[in-house]
Amino acid sequence: MLLIYCPYCDVERAETEFHCGGEAHIARPSDPSQTSEEEWVEFLYMRSNTKGVAAERWRHIHGCGRFFNAVRDTVSDKFLKFYKAGETMPDLEKISKEAGK
Amino acid sequence: MSQPFRTEKGGRIDRNEQLTFTFDGEQMQGHKGDTLASALLANGVHLVGRSFKYHRPRGIISSGSEEPNALVGIYRNGDQTPNLRATQVELYQGLEAISQNRFPSLGFDIGAINDLMSPLFPAGFYYKTFMWPKSFWDRVYEPVIRAAAGLGKPPKKPDHDFYGNLYAHCDVLVAGSGPSGLAAALAAAETGAKVILCDEQAEFGGSLLSENSASVDGKEPADWVAVTLARLGAMDNVTLLPRTTAFGYFAHNYVALAERITDHIANPDPKLPRERLWQVRAKEVVIAAGAIERPLVFPENDRPGILLADAGRTYLNRYGVKVGHKVLVATASDSAWQAAFDMADHGVEVAAIVDLRETPPKNLMAIAEARGIRVEAGCVVTGTLGRKRVKAALLGRLMTSGQVASGGQVECDALLMSGGWTPTVSLYSQSRGKVVWDGDKGAFVPGKSVQHERSTGASKGLYGLQATLEDGYAAGENAAKAATGKSAKIAYSTATGGEASNGGTLGALPHDRNASRVKAFVDYQNDVTAKDVKLAVREGMHSIEHIKRYTTTGMATDQGRLSNMNALKIASGALDRPLTDVGLTTFRQPFTPTTFGLFAGVSRGDFFDPVRKTPSHDWVVENGGVFEDVGQWKRTWYFPKNGEDMHAAVARECKIARESVGLFDASTLGKIEVVGPDAAEFLERMYTNPWKKLATGRCRYGLLLNDAGFITDDGVIGRLAEGRFHVTTTTGGAPSVFARMEDYLQTEWPDLDVWITSTTEQYAVAAVQGPKAREVIAPFIEGIDLSAENLPHMSVREGTFCGVPCRLFRISFTGELGFEINVSRRHGKMMWETLAKEIEKHSGTAYGTETMHVLRAEKGYIIVGQDTDGTVTPQDAGMTWAIGKKKLDFVGKRGLERPDLKADGRPQFVGLLTTDPKVKLEEGAQVTVAENPATGTSAEGHVTSSYYSPALDRTIALAMVKNGQALEGKTLYVPMPEGSIPVEVTGTVFYDKEGARINV
Repeated sequence: MLLIYCPYCDVERAETEFHCGGEAHIARPSDPSQTSEEEWVEFLYMRSNTKGVAAERWRHIHGCGRFFNAVRDTVSDKFLKFYKAGETMPDLEKISKEAGK
Repeated sequence: MSQPFRTEKGGRIDRNEQLTFTFDGEQMQGHKGDTLASALLANGVHLVGRSFKYHRPRGIISSGSEEPNALVGIYRNGDQTPNLRATQVELYQGLEAISQNRFPSLGFDIGAINDLMSPLFPAGFYYKTFMWPKSFWDRVYEPVIRAAAGLGKPPKKPDHDFYGNLYAHCDVLVAGSGPSGLAAALAAAETGAKVILCDEQAEFGGSLLSENSASVDGKEPADWVAVTLARLGAMDNVTLLPRTTAFGYFAHNYVALAERITDHIANPDPKLPRERLWQVRAKEVVIAAGAIERPLVFPENDRPGILLADAGRTYLNRYGVKVGHKVLVATASDSAWQAAFDMADHGVEVAAIVDLRETPPKNLMAIAEARGIRVEAGCVVTGTLGRKRVKAALLGRLMTSGQVASGGQVECDALLMSGGWTPTVSLYSQSRGKVVWDGDKGAFVPGKSVQHERSTGASKGLYGLQATLEDGYAAGENAAKAATGKSAKIAYSTATGGEASNGGTLGALPHDRNASRVKAFVDYQNDVTAKDVKLAVREGMHSIEHIKRYTTTGMATDQGRLSNMNALKIASGALDRPLTDVGLTTFRQPFTPTTFGLFAGVSRGDFFDPVRKTPSHDWVVENGGVFEDVGQWKRTWYFPKNGEDMHAAVARECKIARESVGLFDASTLGKIEVVGPDAAEFLERMYTNPWKKLATGRCRYGLLLNDAGFITDDGVIGRLAEGRFHVTTTTGGAPSVFARMEDYLQTEWPDLDVWITSTTEQYAVAAVQGPKAREVIAPFIEGIDLSAENLPHMSVREGTFCGVPCRLFRISFTGELGFEINVSRRHGKMMWETLAKEIEKHSGTAYGTETMHVLRAEKGYIIVGQDTDGTVTPQDAGMTWAIGKKKLDFVGKRGLERPDLKADGRPQFVGLLTTDPKVKLEEGAQVTVAENPATGTSAEGHVTSSYYSPALDRTIALAMVKNGQALEGKTLYVPMPEGSIPVEVTGTVFYDKEGARINV
């Protein structure tokens, strides 16, 4: 069971308190009517399904209820960074390198 | 004579406390401190079970949890627990044990015919033999195989025990309490770190408990254990857990421990759980799991009386039991020599020490000579005699040519063997670490740490008492430092004696027998021989993963802890590839078999899943209502009166609700309070409908899509104030709708100033529906003008019900005049009982979910999740009216523009009427154009809802049919096994099409 840090509560808690919300930084287009079919399909369905370092959304569903983002190595399950929703996407390559991947 | 194989003195058993137990009904004696295995051996019992496939007689082979043979059933409280390892079962007064996998008895077993027929059962036998005919698998092969194979029988009654659960956090978890584990625990604990030390055995100390040829700090090893434990026990920061197996190492240093609490007690306190699951989050873990001795693979190496050498030594030194009176020791490593010496010292005749090595160490040779023990170097065992107990062994002399020459026969009643040692890397492997091959040690040892752990002592291939102690201290210090940053220097104990054992072999031993006729077992528990492994390679299995599955070697409950290395070596030889190229299978959780009870814990019976009850629950029980489960909710299905069946009860309820009044508990509906300056804007973006212009005090039906454009939920939303909405959702959709609202609000539109709160459990809701509804509620409502002019259909007001605050909705899911009254949950029972009494004055009825379904279907109202399936758009459902045409955006708007959703040929929501009004369609039945469509024809759609309608006195159905709205009036068919049913396509509203009844 993963150990997850909530950046809002500033605590580490067991995975059972959280809900994973899939890949992070997939913003809903601000004006969907202006999107092409391909762009909309990309937004709806296409995910990178990374093997390795990936940013994903988590919600502290049985805690504060807030969504936040985490960078996790999907191979080792190691978390490399936690940050609040709305913060810019970190440089995953840099994080990978720092983690020695 | 009782216990003829008990030594005169010595061992850790309590000779003053005699215990009586039975094995297969035969009464025997043992002592406190015995395991079932040691007590059986003390009584001269080696034969304890029959093997899995060939039903060969099998005896105790080990003294620990790796035991593959001695699986027994233990009777307790009228039921038995199967497949317990006799080597782990602690003896208590009155223990009842039975052997397994034998019929009619252990001594005479019919299944043993399999052994004689074994040429018919090679590896992959099942795959090759039971291929044809296909239908025979279910009816013939599987039942026969299942009856013949397997080990214990499952218990027949529900588990009478209960199980505990505990979460724990610590700085350092030490798994294993041998020399390195104890040293690690002590070193870590002295720094002040919070330490948990667990060991699967009843007593801490591991190998130290059976070591009597060494000393630590000048003390007997067992005495040093006692002193060390006293030190640990006196520290508040240390938790000692004996009888506790670290069975699973999971992500982020989460380690699961199984603590056995009452299994070893004759009459346990009924308040105690049988086992307790410890869910430990350790900052650092020290794996001190030790090593396991390898069997030698020679023909007939499975006879009762053949044990691992170290097990023989443990039974002797720790339990005071001689495994035989005349013991042959066969080995390839030093450690077994010590077993022989200890045997000789206890007056056991050592028939010979047979060492594979041409030149065994001189010092050992000298000790053997001093004791007058015959030594055969460069020699192997090539076979054994004796069916239910080994009688003699055949020796073979290794020639320089590589051939084996007969070396005569040696009489013996026990044979101790040692092929060297295999480090127990299971926990390390579970932590996702990759083992590496250490050529010098001839073993796979832990490689790089992936998690916060380190292996110590024998579990990383380090042997010798002094070395393991030192390594243990260092591991403990290192772990504590990593966990807490603190360190403390403690005085290390020093050991003399207990030197590292050298030597060892892997794979099958050479012999001079007919290879096609003899069985040299690699995996005892699954009856896999050296021959089977070679056959698997010949038949094309070249990876150890394939060999494992084809032969089942290493797939038994012991996960091949005795067999894997030998199997690997044999495979590597057959493939003519280096051992490391063949690969090692991965050890997985659990380390040893773990009870389901431990995992279930208290989550059984009433605690398996929460039960959610509505305010009317008690009243419904008193009034004979029938419940149905809707998720965790208990909802009333229908209220049978005077012996009515469901059909009659529902017909009556429907009729009364339409003619007079019905009362329905709608408390399970999801409720969300949406509040804030941007509340209307938020709903505008979430739902298809427009909300900004909805007047305070009015309601609107809301349709919720996902961004793909499909219907996911619906409900009525009322505006209580400029910035306050009362949103309702479906019963099942409440949590997911709330979660999606949070998601959009927090991550897509953080600019909106809105708060949402789930209020599902805060409100009790009574729906009063029918022409008399207004009269029923009027006496209790204050502060609200109920007249049609002031409170038209789709309105909401706040007032009081019997003096308590209420939110009154004028809405209808029946097509009749209807009200839904929301009061605080604690007043729900009062409200329900008040209204239930009041409707009697109007000959009304309470009704359940079935009537609710019929009434809504008569009106063509959809139920999301029944009439829709996640691929239905508002257009498909005929609900384009619910879409705010002028809205620039809402969740799903862009999705609806996708070409496929606008294309011709979409399934559409329609009504179906059978030609014969008595015939009721099956929900889910397929709808076709042809009366008898050819096989392979695609259906045009399917029936989603189907009922008998009392209002129409005929059956009605709703369906999704391709281009259905254009087919109105046409005849389609619903093919069924009894014949095709003709149906007419109609609109979806069957009753009161103009909606006159609702606006009164």
